[in-house]
Amino acid sequence: MSKKFLSGNEAFAEGIRLARPQVISAYPITPQTIVVERLSEMVEDGSLSAEYVHVESEHSALSCAIGASAAGARAFTATSSQGLLYMAECLYYAAGGRFPIVMMNADRSTALPWNIYGDQRDSLSQLDSGWIQSYAENAQEALDLALMSYKIAEDKRVQTPYMANLDGFVLTHTYETVDIPARGQADKFLPPYETDNRIDFDSPKNMAFSAGPDTNYIFKYKEHKGILAAAEVITETEKEFAEIFGRHYTGLTENYRTEDAEYIIVTLGSIAGLCRETADKLRENGVKAGVVRIRYMRPFPNKEIADVLRNVKAYAVLEKDISFGNEGTVFTNVNSALKKAGVDVKGYNFIGGLGGRNISAGDIENIYTSIAKGTESVNFIGIGGEDNGK
Amino acid sequence: MRPYIREEKDFSFSEVPENTSFEAGYLTTVNSGWRSIRPVISAAKCVGCEQCYLYCPDGVISIKDGKAVIDYDFCKGCGICAKICKIQAIEMEAECK
Repeated sequence: MSKKFLSGNEAFAEGIRLARPQVISAYPITPQTIVVERLSEMVEDGSLSAEYVHVESEHSALSCAIGASAAGARAFTATSSQGLLYMAECLYYAAGGRFPIVMMNADRSTALPWNIYGDQRDSLSQLDSGWIQSYAENAQEALDLALMSYKIAEDKRVQTPYMANLDGFVLTHTYETVDIPARGQADKFLPPYETDNRIDFDSPKNMAFSAGPDTNYIFKYKEHKGILAAAEVITETEKEFAEIFGRHYTGLTENYRTEDAEYIIVTLGSIAGLCRETADKLRENGVKAGVVRIRYMRPFPNKEIADVLRNVKAYAVLEKDISFGNEGTVFTNVNSALKKAGVDVKGYNFIGGLGGRNISAGDIENIYTSIAKGTESVNFIGIGGEDNGK
Repeated sequence: MRPYIREEKDFSFSEVPENTSFEAGYLTTVNSGWRSIRPVISAAKCVGCEQCYLYCPDGVISIKDGKAVIDYDFCKGCGICAKICKIQAIEMEAECK
């Protein structure tokens, strides 16, 4: 193990080096560029033995990774924003073909207006594509998820591609001290990829075929069961990770001071740290504030969300996303989890940070204050204008 | 071994694989219904050079006893074999005369 001062992108690249992908195909896009630059340097200096394929587009980047995975290789790609949307067609091919590719996505706004800064509309728009989706909070978690992602995706029960999301700039470009696991330990944790789902001269297969109405439905059901199985595999993987590397993770969600909380903010990604600090401050003034950080949007933590929100007075869902014409998608998912579990508590949606707009500690304090009093169902943080988002 | 037509059956839930990969060449129906012209090889002229075998995009040509043979169950009638044959041993004939 060694310590380095790294950005989120660089930390993720270190995690991927330890995971030893055999094929990397990527097209650079801000704010993802640095992760593929670092990986290309690692291939160049020989510290990572991989075929690095320069492709002409994101559509080709993921197509190439699918081809590599179908040849039995561990494959990696990375993208962001419009790049993710451009490869959207291939997302479904990778998931339906059950190719356990890992992709880093730097969460960034989508056009128009053109903007390179962070929000989560890009990845949340692809929730239905069949990929596991994690949302890291800091660079250490990003590195650890990079290493864990392949173990989860490649598990025989799962066989599902994995999208590791990092908040653009706020996480991809900020620096912190990161523990880098030793190679030997990483190799012990993550053995080479083995699968029967590959091109093989000794056992020839028809791959990526069509399936009519009689069996198509069964394939889709099995795909659904595969991604659901990831929940259990994530827990097992984190347990093994903790035994080897000494860092503990908490599955699909991470709770902070929720045991006796009356008011909880449910959020995801890097903003969770500021939410925890704000909760600490409010607790000094007697407000029982808590935070739930969603670590995985797929598989979705239905049970975890219902359990933690069951006894609160009110909750807020804070997200950098909007499904135009409705509300934030995370809010929709959280509400569904509660409805299914028969939990009836007041919930409010807070949308903010779109196009990289800052969310301040004061904004988060206001969320706690306004859900205690009651507010609009869907709120737009600091939007201004005559109705101030009402 | 060339693929052969298997008996078509209903796949049960457990027989449907996890991923979209399955034993190669598991064919249950012929796939040549839209062919309007068919390549016909003159056994007398064919020298077994294997050019048509190499170029056939559907892989339906094989070599038997030193001569090219076409599997009409899967030939689409594209005519590439007739074009590539250097000694004009293959001619395209109308399906409906």
